[in-house]
Amino acid sequence: MRRLAARSSSASQELKVIAPSKLAIDNVSKSFQSASGTVLALDHVSLQVDEGEFVCLVGASGCGKTTLLNIIAGLEKPDSGNVLADGKPITSPGRDRLVMFQEPALFPWLDVFGNVLFGLKLKPNLTNKDRRDVAKYYLELVGLTRFERANIHELSGGMKQRVALARALAPNPRVLLMDEPFAALDALTREQLYGDLQRIWEERKKTIVFVTHNVREAACLGERVLLFSPHPGRIQEEFAVDLPRPRDINSVDLAGYATKIIRSLRKFSEERREDGR
Amino acid sequence: MKRFLSAVLFFVVLLFLWQAFFRAKIWSSVLLPSPLQVANYLKGAIEDGTLGHATVITMRRLLIGYFIGIVVGLPLGLLIARWNLLRDTLGTTALGLQTLPSVCWVPLALLWFGQTEAAMLFVVVMGTLWSVIIATETGVRNVPPIYRRAALTMGSKRLHIWLKVILPASLPFIVSGMKQGWAFAWRSLMAAEIFVTILTGFGLGQLLHYGRELSAMDQVIAIMLVIVVIGLLADKIFFSPIEKFLHRRWGTSQA
Repeated sequence: MRRLAARSSSASQELKVIAPSKLAIDNVSKSFQSASGTVLALDHVSLQVDEGEFVCLVGASGCGKTTLLNIIAGLEKPDSGNVLADGKPITSPGRDRLVMFQEPALFPWLDVFGNVLFGLKLKPNLTNKDRRDVAKYYLELVGLTRFERANIHELSGGMKQRVALARALAPNPRVLLMDEPFAALDALTREQLYGDLQRIWEERKKTIVFVTHNVREAACLGERVLLFSPHPGRIQEEFAVDLPRPRDINSVDLAGYATKIIRSLRKFSEERREDGR
Repeated sequence: MKRFLSAVLFFVVLLFLWQAFFRAKIWSSVLLPSPLQVANYLKGAIEDGTLGHATVITMRRLLIGYFIGIVVGLPLGLLIARWNLLRDTLGTTALGLQTLPSVCWVPLALLWFGQTEAAMLFVVVMGTLWSVIIATETGVRNVPPIYRRAALTMGSKRLHIWLKVILPASLPFIVSGMKQGWAFAWRSLMAAEIFVTILTGFGLGQLLHYGRELSAMDQVIAIMLVIVVIGLLADKIFFSPIEKFLHRRWGTSQA
C-alpha cells in the first residue's frame, strides 16, 4: 500500500480492509418490451465469479451484457433466477457493488474532491477526517491529487473517468462493475487507463465485472473473457487469458487471444446467417 | 478597471445630456426638472428620513413575501415533480396562475384583506410562488437519470437523493426561477403600492404616487431612480454571485 503523509490510524484501518466478493448468477432471465415485440435480453444465464477475479463480458450491442451488469448492481431485477453476492441475494443497489458507467456521471455541483467524498459520506463508522484521508488516497491512486479542487467541466474525458474510478473505489466496494467505461475516450488515454486499472486491481483486490464490446480490451484486462451472443442473450463461450501483468494491449501474445475470440464471434454470426435467423 | 471607467463615463454623459435638455427649455421645468433639483429632493428626503423609512417599509414587504414564496414554492415544486397526480392538478394550476400578471392579484387582495400589510404580502407571495414552483419542477425533470443511478449505487436513498442529488442538480433552474419570481414580486409590489394607500406604512410606491398628486416631478423621478437602483443592487449583490458560482461550477459560461 502506498504511503500518504498524515493519515489517521482509523483511515489506514479502513484502507486495509480488502474483501472482494464472490458472485453467483444462477439461471437468470430478463426480457424487455420493445416496439418490435418482446426481446429476451438474458436467457437462462449462469455464471460464477470468484473473489478478486477480473471478468470481462464481451459481445455485440444488445446481447444483454449491460442488463446483466445492472442486475448485479441491483438497478434492475431479473424476471427469474437468482443473483447472489457472497451467498446473499441481491435485491437493491448497495455500496458493496459500485458501478462505473460509460459516461462519468460525476456531479457538476461538486468539485473533484466532493465527488470522491460523496460515497464515503454515506458510509457510517468513519470520522470526517478519515473520509478526507481516504478520498485523498484514491485521488492519489488515480493520479489526480493536483486536481482535487478542480470543477468537473475543467477536466478532460480521461480525467473525468479517473475521478469516476476514484469515486467508485473510495467506499471500498467488494465488487466493481464497469459498463464500457473507456468507450468514449481516445486511444492514447484508454491505453493509459488500462495500465492504471490493472495496477489498481492488483493493489486493491476487487472483484471486477467489466462490460465491453472491444475484444482486445477484454483480453487485455480480464482473467476470464465471456463471449455473449445476442437474441436471446446467452453466454456463448468462455476464454481464460493466461498472460502476466501488466499486459500491454498492443502485445503479440494478446493479439493471439483476441483473434481467437473474434474468430469464435464470427463463426457464431455466420452459423446464424446460414440458419436464416 | 477599464470597464468600470467606461461605465462611469457613460453615466456622466447621460447626466450632461439631461442637463442640456433641461437648459434648452424644450419642456417646462415642471415636466422635466434638472438633475440638481432631483438631487436636492433626494438629499431632503434622506435628511428628513422619508426616503429611508419608505425604503425600509417596501423592502420589508418584499423580503418577507419573497421568503414565504420560496419557502412554500420550493417544496411544492419538488412534490409536484415527484408525484404525477400532483403534477396534473397543482402543477397545472401553478402553470396557469404563473401566466397571470401578478398585478392582477391586487384587486382580489384588497377585497380579501383590506388596505393592510397582509394585502401587500399576498401580492408579493403570488408574484414569487408560481415561478418558483414551475422552475423547481422543471429543474427536477431535467436532472439526468444517470445521477440518480450513480447515487443509488453509492448507497444514497430517498430523502438523501432528493436533498443531495436532485436538489443541487436542479439548482440552475431553481435560481433562474427565483430571479423571475423576484422580478414579478418587485413589479407587483410597486403596482400595489401605487394603487393603494396602506395606513400601516408608506412605501416607495406611495411616495411615487404622491409625487404625481403634487405634480412634484423631482420627487417622481427621484423615487423612480431609487427603485431602479434597488433592482440593480438586488441583482448585483444577491443574484449575480450565485449565478457566477453556478456558471463556474457547471462551466456554462466564459465570464
